[in-house]
Amino acid sequence: MSRELASRRLPVIGTLFVGLMLSIMPLPDSIAVFRPDWLALLAIFWAMQLPRTWSVGTAWIVGIILDVSYGTLLGQHALALCVIVFITVRFHLLMRVFPLSQLTATVFALLALYQFLLFWINGVASVSAAAATYWAPVITGTLIWPFLYMFLSGVRYRARTAS
Amino acid sequence: MVDSRGNSRNPARIPALGIRTLALVFISIVLMYLDHRENHLDAVRKGIGVAVYPIQLIVDAPLRFWAWLGKTTTSRSDLERELGRLNAERLLTNVRLQRLTALEAENARLRALLDARGKVRDDVRVAEIMAVDANPYEHNLVIDIGSRDGVYDGQAIVDADGVVGQVIKTGLMTSQAVLISDTDHALPVEVNRNGLRTIAVGTGEIDRLDLPFLPNNADIRTGDLLVTSGLGGAFPAGYPVAVVDTVTRIPQEPFADVNAKPSAALDQVREVMLIWSASSIGDEDGNATVEVDPVEMDDE
Repeated sequence: MSRELASRRLPVIGTLFVGLMLSIMPLPDSIAVFRPDWLALLAIFWAMQLPRTWSVGTAWIVGIILDVSYGTLLGQHALALCVIVFITVRFHLLMRVFPLSQLTATVFALLALYQFLLFWINGVASVSAAAATYWAPVITGTLIWPFLYMFLSGVRYRARTAS
Repeated sequence: MVDSRGNSRNPARIPALGIRTLALVFISIVLMYLDHRENHLDAVRKGIGVAVYPIQLIVDAPLRFWAWLGKTTTSRSDLERELGRLNAERLLTNVRLQRLTALEAENARLRALLDARGKVRDDVRVAEIMAVDANPYEHNLVIDIGSRDGVYDGQAIVDADGVVGQVIKTGLMTSQAVLISDTDHALPVEVNRNGLRTIAVGTGEIDRLDLPFLPNNADIRTGDLLVTSGLGGAFPAGYPVAVVDTVTRIPQEPFADVNAKPSAALDQVREVMLIWSASSIGDEDGNATVEVDPVEMDDE
């Protein structure tokens, strides 16, 4: 049990915690619009690697926490995260054998869907957020994905060998 | 064929994934509906907010540490200069305050003569802004006191120079506030010079407010000070809001294009003041009348 904790839970909880910190870290306004959706990226990675331990339920809880810290509609980020994690888990075997370039393209599509869901909910609830830079996190998230992927694989490998 | 498909999939199948996702999506939609239509979920929000608080503290810590480091390593000469400046400033403020006390008394007396409702001093409390960013498209900030300290939704926030914004979501230990420059924020103001009332709407730019409802012949000019009129009920009257920047009168349009610059440095403040306005104090423990009474007694 403790071995399972060390290799399966700790790295995930740790990275999600850091991801949440990065998500609410203050940045100058001009840079803040380019802030990647760290938690979406992390959720995609862990759902791909450990789909049995970390799946839609966890993503939903993380989303609710994100909603509270962002002050958005309760359930908005939760729904968006839930949907992209569902797709990831559904195709996790396929995504695992993708070469990195193809995987990055998939992540781009997932992030675009995530941002679109948020955008759509904003529209339905008539929360004003319309700007060209609204889609910037999709681009920055995709650009950062290969590096994040390599880093997280390292974290996972280390956690596994250490236990 | 069916068998081979089933076999190849079985080891990777996550049980009831689709059902769970559907259920969670449904719950999310219900939550959003409840949250959007009525504020049924304030308690839930507060509960989760308490869990997020330590993370906010950790994110805020490096900046706090940096400020502390800057304070502790300031040179002696710098400190002396600062002290000199503050002393001079205090002297000036004190002189002004002397006159203010007299004026306040006079004002209360005149109001008593006119049988108008007494104006009372508001209760304030200093709060620190936490270095926590919410959403780049909303001008929000997080302050480090919450309902535990008596903060309530809609409470006015000012800094040394003018109105900053108002509380929108009260947590237990932190609260979220919206700045007056947010596009969803509108503030009832009046021109200090002539009492012309209008509404100042946020533009989404940190240093500009829009006054969209002024007709072309309105008596307003560059340099006019706008103060809160107190008509909206959320803000107490008489706090400076902005200075009129540009007035463009367009003959064929019904309204003039008026812009103002907020007096408060919205993006630079670190400490703000929360105002418990007179009416809310009066409702709670009757302080409101206590301060006016002595003057009335003097008069009679």
